[in-house]
Amino acid sequence: MSGTSPTPGALELAAEVRSGERSARQAVEEALERVALHDPQLHAFVTVTEESALEAADGIDRAVAQGGDPGPLAGVPIALKDNLCTRGVRTTCGSRILEHWHPPYDATVVTSLRAAGAVTIGKTNMDEFAMGSSTENSAFGPTANPWDPARVPGGSSGGSAASVASGMVPLALGSDTGGSIRQPASLCGVVGMKPTYGAVSRYGLVAFASSLDQIGPFARTVRDAAALYNVICGHDPCDSTSLPDAAAVDLAALDDGVEGRRIGVLTELVDEMAPDVAAQVRRAADVLDRAGASVVEISVPEVRYGLSAYYLIAPAEASSNLARYDGVRYGLRVDAPDVARMNAATRAAGFGPEVKRRIMLGTYALSAGYYDAYYGQAQRVRTVLIEAMGRAYGEVDALLGATSPTTAFTMGAKTDDPLSMYRSDVCTIPSNLTGAPAISVPVGSGEDGLPIGVQVLVPAYGEPLVFQVARVLEDAVLSTS
Amino acid sequence: MTPVAPAGDAVPQGDDVEWESVIGLEVHAELQTVTKLFCGCRNSFGDEPNTNVCPVCLGLPGSLPVLNRQAVELAMRIGTALHCEIRPSSFHRKNYFYPDMPKDYQISQYDEPINVGGWLETAAGDRVGIVRAHMEEDTGKTSHVGAGKRISDADHSLVDYNRAGVPLVEIVSEPDIRSPLEARAYVDELRAILVATGASDGRMEEGSVRVDANISVRPKGVEELSTRCEIKNLNSLRSLVRALEHERERQVALVSAGGKVVQETLHWDEAAGRTVSMRSKEEAYDYRYFPEPDLVPVDPGAEWQREVVAGLGLLPAERRARLLAAVGDERDDAAVDQVRTVVVQGLDDLVTAAVERGAPVGLALARVANEVAARSDGGVSVDPDAFAELLTMEAGGELSATQAKTVLAELLAKGGDPRTIAAERGFEAMSSDSLADVVGQVISENPGEWGRYLEGEDKLAGFFIGKVMGATKGRADGKQVAAELRARRG
Repeated sequence: MSGTSPTPGALELAAEVRSGERSARQAVEEALERVALHDPQLHAFVTVTEESALEAADGIDRAVAQGGDPGPLAGVPIALKDNLCTRGVRTTCGSRILEHWHPPYDATVVTSLRAAGAVTIGKTNMDEFAMGSSTENSAFGPTANPWDPARVPGGSSGGSAASVASGMVPLALGSDTGGSIRQPASLCGVVGMKPTYGAVSRYGLVAFASSLDQIGPFARTVRDAAALYNVICGHDPCDSTSLPDAAAVDLAALDDGVEGRRIGVLTELVDEMAPDVAAQVRRAADVLDRAGASVVEISVPEVRYGLSAYYLIAPAEASSNLARYDGVRYGLRVDAPDVARMNAATRAAGFGPEVKRRIMLGTYALSAGYYDAYYGQAQRVRTVLIEAMGRAYGEVDALLGATSPTTAFTMGAKTDDPLSMYRSDVCTIPSNLTGAPAISVPVGSGEDGLPIGVQVLVPAYGEPLVFQVARVLEDAVLSTS
Repeated sequence: MTPVAPAGDAVPQGDDVEWESVIGLEVHAELQTVTKLFCGCRNSFGDEPNTNVCPVCLGLPGSLPVLNRQAVELAMRIGTALHCEIRPSSFHRKNYFYPDMPKDYQISQYDEPINVGGWLETAAGDRVGIVRAHMEEDTGKTSHVGAGKRISDADHSLVDYNRAGVPLVEIVSEPDIRSPLEARAYVDELRAILVATGASDGRMEEGSVRVDANISVRPKGVEELSTRCEIKNLNSLRSLVRALEHERERQVALVSAGGKVVQETLHWDEAAGRTVSMRSKEEAYDYRYFPEPDLVPVDPGAEWQREVVAGLGLLPAERRARLLAAVGDERDDAAVDQVRTVVVQGLDDLVTAAVERGAPVGLALARVANEVAARSDGGVSVDPDAFAELLTMEAGGELSATQAKTVLAELLAKGGDPRTIAAERGFEAMSSDSLADVVGQVISENPGEWGRYLEGEDKLAGFFIGKVMGATKGRADGKQVAAELRARRG
């Protein structure tokens, strides 16, 4: 990653902007310069909103000049995954069908970011409708991994991960349905976190699988990730599944350590991983042990069923969520002699192969006569998994495992083998099915020199602990590197 | 939703078989909430197309539904009035493509409806079981423009999403109804309940209340159910009765000739007076119902239910009983009919108010049932004091019936004081002497007609009444003129 001059951390930058030491305009201009420099090679961005970003920065500088408080993320440039609705700024979801769609409203998280002083500088590339693990399923071309442009950044939030990893921005938002924040965070060597289901409003997040989708932060440090989480979490009356009691974490308690905590190394998320990945998880366990945690090995065999359940539930919900792209009201329309043929022609032209595959899978899973064997069974497995994880958390406070079975793979390596691509999500899916938070934090690199992240899993509402454990791991890495 | 058993083999044949209809109805009622079921858009009929819309009811990407508390309360009121059990409930998605459905799925209640297992008693005393009364969202409205009016031969279609997301309650009856007229009585009573509970305005002509009918026929005495058909597009009570009569005859003729009824969905063509097949059972949609992940279950707890029951006013049966008791000795068939009409339209409080202010009950009932109820164009509101005053003037002979109706029309249209309106129009009671003078005048001007009237040509009374009305510019009371004519004939 030579040649990049990364921005300071988000909180550091915000402090400088708030004190008047640095202007928001300067912070944003520098970010835009880095985008101009690196993005032609990386293609992390689908849309860069230079003009509105500079306007917003000037607004913050005026507020500072007038003695106002522009918020905890004052002047911090941020990138948004392109499935987060931004008023008047096109929101494509990486799809031809929404290539020219300009939402008339902002997602709740976008409103929260603006209120906190963050400045959106663009929308990031993603697998179409968040379906994928490599960002190769974008209708607008793939994103490259900043560590090796021949490799994928992971996905589906590959653009957001690459934008932070390359230093273009200190913060980005992604969405995580089966690992779409944590897996690219691991492959790009940044921190990525999926909150408790309902902790962050989904209003304005274009739905993939509604019961699994959560918005979460990307950052270079755990502290910045926690600060971004604090800005976007909280109850939203516009989202019925929003938790009434989702609370921000206490940043002052981030360094409280893990002394006396019980940490379980989750066998299923270690043993079947690539050797260099497994070794990094063991090393992380040692770090926590030395930091005073009591580390044990724990097995939750039900975790193995997560992948199959996920690949029925997520496509089933997606088949319904994506029905609305019918050419009638917005997005692409391919004309045909009657409505049914117009619907079919529009969807045939507008959706890519992976989206079509999942719509068909999901439609089948919900069909009369098959519902119980597929969707119904998957929901029962989900319940079994939730119970099994609940039992594990009776014994330990947090679990440790791999985030991704391997380091970043080469572009094209898995595009012809969907099942192999689906297996990239095996470590991350359990937390989506249980609705619990999990974080991926970079701890080292593999035999190929590419980054490896480990994953910390906690029960629902465990955000304070998940950040604390991640901080200990992050510190250990910083002290050895 | 009506349970169906296959037709038995032992279907009696021949002309002497007495046939019985088995009818179950699915009634969709739009709730009169302030806002839509899942968003803050106004729930209002007749506004400019696509003005009451937002990201949620347009199904824009990223939008999410939030359940309307008032809609749940109105659904609970309906359930209570229909003697249902009110239960914890949840929503499902019903998936199918249609341009007037913004998300291409409808959020509806499926296996956990809010109201289950009740009954309704028609004004005639027949009891009809209620399977369920569940909540769901309405669709938009499509109009097809071009050669024909059906989607198949239109040049293009226009969609108005103002109605998309309007709350509905679907009330599903047991197949307990045995004739088209009983079906009508069921819908009448249900509309009265919807109006009395404040849940809906009950108007079929505006589509606030829409009826689908399931009908099968069987020889009287046979217990098991035969194959049924579902009839859609029943936009009025007249359509409901005509369609059911037509379909009953079609099925009887078919089965009598040795044929078999095929389960299908039929479209009622009101102009042609017949049913047309829309789709057979084999072509039925697979709606791929699954639990709506964007909503959480609704638990109408005991306390909430108590509040709703406490806020429920008198139900139609009680309202009819109350009004009939007030009518007392004047109760005849006409009065019973008028009481039903008045209660169905939710106008019984107006009658009661007028009577309390000294108006004669018979006159108040007749005027409300005939004049006020006829103005069903919505928002009928008339000040009870003014209405009572007008009735008192008419009863006291200060205004003729014709004059009183004219004043009432103006009261309904614009409001005001009946005495002022009467004075502005120059209405004043004619003394019987001056009326007699005018009658004498008219007779002398038309000796030929008078001669024929004297010889027994009674219908010429109308001729003379018309002439007197003309001469008095409508101030005369038709009944008094008729009495004067009869008196002169001796």
